[in-house]
Amino acid sequence: MYNFFFLEVPEHLPFLLKGALVTIELSLISMILGTLLGFFLAIGRLSPRRVLRLPLDVFVEIIRDTPLIVQLLLIYFSLPEAGIVLSAFWAGIAGLTLNLAAYLSEVFRAAISAVDPGQKAAAISLGMSPVAVYRRVVIPQAGLACLPTLGGYFVALLKDCSLVSFISVNELLRHATIVISDTFDSMNTYIMVAIIYFVMSFVSARIIRQIEIRLTPSNRRGTITIPLTMDKEGAR
Amino acid sequence: MNAFSAPSSTPVLSVRQLRKSYAGNPVLKSVDLSVHQGEIACLIGPSGAGKSTILRCINFLEKPEAGEITFFGERLCSEDGNVFHTAPERALQAARARMPMVFQHFNLFSHRTVIENVMEGQIVVLRRHKDEARERARTCLARVGMLDRAEFYPDQLSGGQKQRVAIARALAMSPALILFDEPTSALDPGLVQEVQSVMRDLSAEGMTMLIVTHDMRLVKSIATTVHFCADGHILESGSPALLLHKTNPGRIRTFMAAAAH
Repeated sequence: MYNFFFLEVPEHLPFLLKGALVTIELSLISMILGTLLGFFLAIGRLSPRRVLRLPLDVFVEIIRDTPLIVQLLLIYFSLPEAGIVLSAFWAGIAGLTLNLAAYLSEVFRAAISAVDPGQKAAAISLGMSPVAVYRRVVIPQAGLACLPTLGGYFVALLKDCSLVSFISVNELLRHATIVISDTFDSMNTYIMVAIIYFVMSFVSARIIRQIEIRLTPSNRRGTITIPLTMDKEGAR
Repeated sequence: MNAFSAPSSTPVLSVRQLRKSYAGNPVLKSVDLSVHQGEIACLIGPSGAGKSTILRCINFLEKPEAGEITFFGERLCSEDGNVFHTAPERALQAARARMPMVFQHFNLFSHRTVIENVMEGQIVVLRRHKDEARERARTCLARVGMLDRAEFYPDQLSGGQKQRVAIARALAMSPALILFDEPTSALDPGLVQEVQSVMRDLSAEGMTMLIVTHDMRLVKSIATTVHFCADGHILESGSPALLLHKTNPGRIRTFMAAAAH
């Protein structure tokens, strides 16, 4: 007999939410680390020095041209053979961080290159050092320009976290499979999981959008609205 | 005030045999130029003559290839035998802060308000305290008639207003010299006058200026010296009355006849 919607699953809900908490931890930590690493990757790849640029380009290319799940499996199962042993959680963080950083470095690089050269010239002509030009003019403008795209990547990351269930990290999706092996109710469990993912993504997209509105100078005076981007395909 | 009446004073800026080429194409072949205290020097000439390149070499937005630039007695670059020396980056930065530039396309910082634009160089480069910078910015904005727009963002301003803010941004640095790169060229005809009038006020107050321009009304109304530039050289220099006079026999006359239309 078909088990009516949520009749049985809710007793497992706290367990699923515990998994969701791990998903949030995973995505927050890799979001911060990935953004930082992506930023430095972008700066390095904009360097006029080929010695610096080339290996970073190769790294980004490899990450972007292999599936995240393969990277995670490599980090968790193959790195130990090279003597690098990471717990499942930190292997997951490492994979997600490298992946996000590679994609974000492209976003940052494009945003930095798109900053008006005239404004850079103006900053230089006031006597600013190259570092000050970056800090005061290039980074603030590039940062604003890539905020909407960044939001899309963060939401994508939250959903990509489900992949680390493959390397036995006890996050939301893995907790779901445990519930299913217990209840054999895959349909309701997966619907529950989908709802939890949706709520988390929706809320984080809203939060990012609010941050965006706060930080955009044109929005401070309330004249321009920016469409919400939370579509992974659109972001990549 | 006039460079010709006071040849004995040391110039604020002196350029000797400046050379610059792009991809093997010589743009500046040998440029000699000096600007004295209180002088308003205008560089005119056909497009592609290298006028803007001269300005951009003087503040090292472009690296010159050879020649000598002296600003306030300090060598920014020089030639020793055949070796070309450039002053260290720090010295160039300090020099730039004393000869800020006003651009054709304004180049205001789009993420900052009008007053923040005028405070930026003071805080970052001159290390002035925020309150002091704000006070100075307000004075400079008042001088160009833009104080009432202090809290606006650049994209809320007209071209003429943006250029006045850009001039205030330069003024705020307490400059020894202001470089103008075609300050009225990107403006609608109706907006040219407000920028011209601000520049006239500055000239009346004794500000030293080096202006690259095609705007002959501006030249006639404020220049103390005119340099006619063509083919990577300065072909003629003199007072505007002398140079722009109808009977001047040189190439400048052909140019002026064309510019009049």
